[in-house]
Amino acid sequence: MRLTGAQALIKFLEEENVKYIFGYPGGSVLALYDALLESSKITHVLVRQEQAAVHAASGYARVTGKPGVCIATSGPGATNLVTGLATAYMDSIPVVAITGQVSTDMVGTDAFQEVDITGITMPITKHNYLVKNVDDLPVIIKEAFHIASTGRPGPVLIDLPKNVAGKVFDYRPVAKVELQGYKPTYKGHPAQIKNLAGLLAQAERPLICSGGGVISSNAWEDLKELAEKVNAPVTTTLMGLGSFPEDHPLSLGMLGLHGTPYANYAVQNCDLLIGIGMRFDDRVTSAVNKFAPQAKVVHIDIDPAEIGKNVAADLPIVGDVKFVLNELLKRINPRRNDAWLEQIRAWKKSHPLAYGDNQSSLRPQYILQKLGELTKGKAIVTTDVGQHQMWTAQYYNFTKPRSFITSGGLGTMGYGLPAAVGAQLASPDSLVVAVTGDGSFQMNMGELGTATEQKLPLKILLLNNSHLCLVKQLQYFNSGKRYSGVCFTGNPDFVKLATSYPGAVGLRIEKPEDVEPVLIEALSNGKLTLIDCCISDEELVYPVVPNNGALDEMIYYPGGEK
Amino acid sequence: MKHTLTVLVENKPGVLTRIAGLFARRGYNIESLAVGRTENPAISRMTIVVEGDDRVIEQVGKQLYKLIEVIKLTDITNDEHVDREMILIKVNADPAIRGEIMQIVEIFRARIVDIGRNSLIIEATGDEGKINAIESALRPFGIKEVVRTGKIAMARGAKSKNGRNQEAL
Repeated sequence: MRLTGAQALIKFLEEENVKYIFGYPGGSVLALYDALLESSKITHVLVRQEQAAVHAASGYARVTGKPGVCIATSGPGATNLVTGLATAYMDSIPVVAITGQVSTDMVGTDAFQEVDITGITMPITKHNYLVKNVDDLPVIIKEAFHIASTGRPGPVLIDLPKNVAGKVFDYRPVAKVELQGYKPTYKGHPAQIKNLAGLLAQAERPLICSGGGVISSNAWEDLKELAEKVNAPVTTTLMGLGSFPEDHPLSLGMLGLHGTPYANYAVQNCDLLIGIGMRFDDRVTSAVNKFAPQAKVVHIDIDPAEIGKNVAADLPIVGDVKFVLNELLKRINPRRNDAWLEQIRAWKKSHPLAYGDNQSSLRPQYILQKLGELTKGKAIVTTDVGQHQMWTAQYYNFTKPRSFITSGGLGTMGYGLPAAVGAQLASPDSLVVAVTGDGSFQMNMGELGTATEQKLPLKILLLNNSHLCLVKQLQYFNSGKRYSGVCFTGNPDFVKLATSYPGAVGLRIEKPEDVEPVLIEALSNGKLTLIDCCISDEELVYPVVPNNGALDEMIYYPGGEK
Repeated sequence: MKHTLTVLVENKPGVLTRIAGLFARRGYNIESLAVGRTENPAISRMTIVVEGDDRVIEQVGKQLYKLIEVIKLTDITNDEHVDREMILIKVNADPAIRGEIMQIVEIFRARIVDIGRNSLIIEATGDEGKINAIESALRPFGIKEVVRTGKIAMARGAKSKNGRNQEAL
């Protein structure tokens, strides 16, 4: 078939069942945008800044499990992708980014809007390509999708020079990918799995720590079966929220720096810790030398480089979580662990998540609790980064996989709204709520325009305190309450801002008694709705583990112990 | 401890940048790196000498394997192997002392490859120890310039490191 490079690329995307491309046009992607006009299967979603295109593709990928696709032009378009690519890379999200490039004869001449985007993105993509010859394109796009979505997923970038995109060639689809140097290990080593079954049979205080890998390998049912069979409590990382239902008696919620007290106590007191699809990030372990001091550590992950990187594993198992858990389930016998579960119940009772009174003033924790109750934990929740993110993780009560979409590894403010755009397009019938703060929201609030254009009934729950309060909290604990650069005095009226978009609704919550009625109204109106919640800038996220402290040295909500 | 890694990579543009960038951003120390194509023109071999304890070397290996274009990696430090470096030394050599220099060249089984009015270029190959020795033997005459290649290495015996039977790092 005689096609241009650009037409071949669009044709390939159609064959891969790509339904949406998030992007922003420019001079060196003209051919791509021209070819897009001929596609009836692919909808282009025009964002307001390229960073939002990657975030939206990432939100789409996290809801569907399939690679999200975004396009940007060369130069500044491409560099605007960088933060989004790094975000997706840290969270192992499959994204394929296509950038325009100046013509091959101009590459290297500092041409207008030329930037070496493959050089720039080398450390923040799983792999990237500069297509120098149009005949290589079919193999490259096939490889790109394969690499992005298999093994440990991640972003892949294809840099497509203008003349290559415009060149006519004989397109033949590639049937099979052959990469000598890329063969992920899916099946865990049988002997190691047997050893884990042995450890489980002996453990008296087992603990499962579930991460984002459980979600990306679609293994949440297997995880639940394992936990119930051996009566092991389950804590999740931030990325793992939703992989185990938080209304389950064995659930401990999130662990780590702002984890639940009982999850952190369980880590410090367990005798067997099974890390599944997680990477022992420093927000999870805090002081790594004091982490899980009594435990044998088992680490299951598809990426061998994660094993032993931060925490030494007594038993490493390299493989896909689903494969490994399936094999493990065949080899284990039921366990009761009564004394251990009794201990955990006691911790839950004596040290619940606490924030004090919720009736005399408007408390953000209360708003998120109510949001969880009203949506029965069934909404797709995206967040930005800050205190609101931690309160969402603590108080929403996630029960469904692929329902919590947040920037975990990189901590990218501005992620939530564009990710919600991608999430809503991926799942049009779901209620999608972007929880955000006034700082994060202003980083990408232009995406209100994208949401309006796409007619997306997103809910934006804005916890507004006119401060960057997570930074303020760091200064509270670490800089002797010397607050520097954390106050906004020029915030807009967010309700007015929202209603200036055609068809959008703006609501406000000022008092505790507003919470329920306003949320009910917002969740049921079927329209793009921003809810401005006026909260105090004195709030702190509790518990908090001090710098280099052990997890059980966390600072608990003052007076919250029972 | 110094480790010698032999790494087979796809012979594609940008591979060297990927590897050098990986070492730089993860803070690994490259002692030397030599690269050239193998018997198969689509594949290059790199010999990388890297300094680090076992934990670091383990991470180096695993991180290298994550690069799509890295096909195979072997740590041959503890295997029987042959390693060689090459050096070119431009040394001051007035006609009066040339005889003395030529004796040293003879002892090290090196070669004189160029001769100027007051200088000689000497080429030597050997393991790191020998190369260091010849350099210091010539230093008293006044070394003008030195070029070293970095180490290349190959495991001894019949087995090929490109084969599938070899144990990976």
